[in-house]
Order: sequence, then C-alpha cells, then structure tokens
Amino acid sequence: MWIELWQVGLVLGLLAVGFTFGTIAERRHYRSILRREDELRDVVAVAAKTVPPLSPPPQIHLVQGSVVVSVDYFKRMLATLHKIFGGRVRSYESLIDRARREAMLRMQAQARRLGARLVFNVRVETSAISQGSRGGIGSVEVLAYGTAVIDREASANIAGT
Amino acid sequence: MILSNLESVPGKTISTHLGIVQGSTVRAKHIGRDIAASLKNLVGGELKGYSELLVDSREEAIRRMVQQAEAKGANAVLNVRFTTSMVAAGASEILAYGSAVIVE
Repeated sequence: MWIELWQVGLVLGLLAVGFTFGTIAERRHYRSILRREDELRDVVAVAAKTVPPLSPPPQIHLVQGSVVVSVDYFKRMLATLHKIFGGRVRSYESLIDRARREAMLRMQAQARRLGARLVFNVRVETSAISQGSRGGIGSVEVLAYGTAVIDREASANIAGT
Repeated sequence: MILSNLESVPGKTISTHLGIVQGSTVRAKHIGRDIAASLKNLVGGELKGYSELLVDSREEAIRRMVQQAEAKGANAVLNVRFTTSMVAAGASEILAYGSAVIVE
C-alpha cells in the first residue's frame, strides 16, 4: 500500500518536474532561436542546387549544423496518451521544430564564420538516435548541411555600401 | 580538397570521375554521458554530450572519406551526403559519401 503510494508520488513528482522545467526550457529556447534567426537573416540558406555564374568564381565549403534533443518526461507521457487516440502529437512537433531550427542556425553560423552569405542545396536529415522506453522516441538528432558560397566581391560590395 | 554537396564546382569543370568514396564510423555513447543524458531526459532539451559526440563522429567520417578520395588522386568530393542510423541500442553509425572527382 505505502509502496504503491510512493510510486504514484514519484511519477507525479517527475511529471511536475518535467512540466515545469521543460516548459521553462522550451520558452527560453524559442526566445533564443527567434533572436538568432534575426541576427542570421543575412545568411541566406536555399535549397537550390545550381549556383548562378559569378565572376570571379566563388570558393565553396561544406557547412553543417546538428543538434540532439530530447523530450521531457511530461511530454513523453502526453505523447503516450496521444498514441492511444491518434492524431497530432503536438508535444513532439514542437520538439522537432526546435531541433530543426537550431540545426539550421548552427549551419548558418558556420557559414557566416567562413564569410559566406549564401548556402546552397540545404538538406535536413532527422534520425532517432536512441529508443526511449515503450518504443517511443528517446532522442532525435537533426542535421542540416549545405554548401556555403564565399563570394569575396559580393561580400565586399555589401560591406562597402 | 574541395568538399561540397553541389553537383559541380562553380567556375570549374570536372575532368575525371573517380567513383564513390565513403567514410563511416560507429560510435557508442559512454556510460557517464548516458547517465547525464537520462537525467536530461526528464526535463528535455538539448543533450550536449550527444550533440558533441555526433559532431566528432561526423568529422571522423568525413576524414575517412577524404582519405579515400586522396588515395584515388581526387581533388574534390562532390554531392556529399550524410546518413545516421542506429545499428544497435546505444550505438549509431554515421556515414558520409560522395563522388570523388578531379576538377580543373
């Protein structure tokens, strides 16, 4: 009897911890994503494959950004419930959205460090790297990669004006 | 060595195709990181230990791919792709592949 109560208490406690800290962390992360997306607005990432002819020919460099994220205890529980009824699993949607934007930002940041303003052929790849309990997602890795085009002349023109 | 996921290098022409080159690595997470990650699993968010691990492994995979390309005498690897897959519980494989070419 007491053991069962203790177990219920533990689960409730974990849910509360997951909910509180998970929500705080998610809000903070979204704020930081929005801020950095503004800062990196001038590094344009496109899915186009062909680089327009530039003279002199630009230098190119492979850039990538990746992140591993995990869902909190509360959301995992919520998703388990969702799986019974089907439909949208909102708690995982926001997780993947955050991860994808974060990966993209890291890729853009690397492009900027190289002095590039354009990233071509951007690909995004998502993979589950560890299985959670009961077959749910444990943690997810998102990788974004592309080819940074370093065009000295264009950069100089933009800097000059 | 030029690395790119484009199909050609702007301003240069491909003179020779040398075939596919690839580099891969299988990495397991060590137990310390696993414990830290399982705590982090409670509150969610980024698992920094795993992020770094996968960045390191990807660099390793690229290095092996570049070595293969150099052995073939290539000066560029084009159309580079990455894949990640879980081969066993707690171990993931990272593969980088592309076509080795000589550009002029």
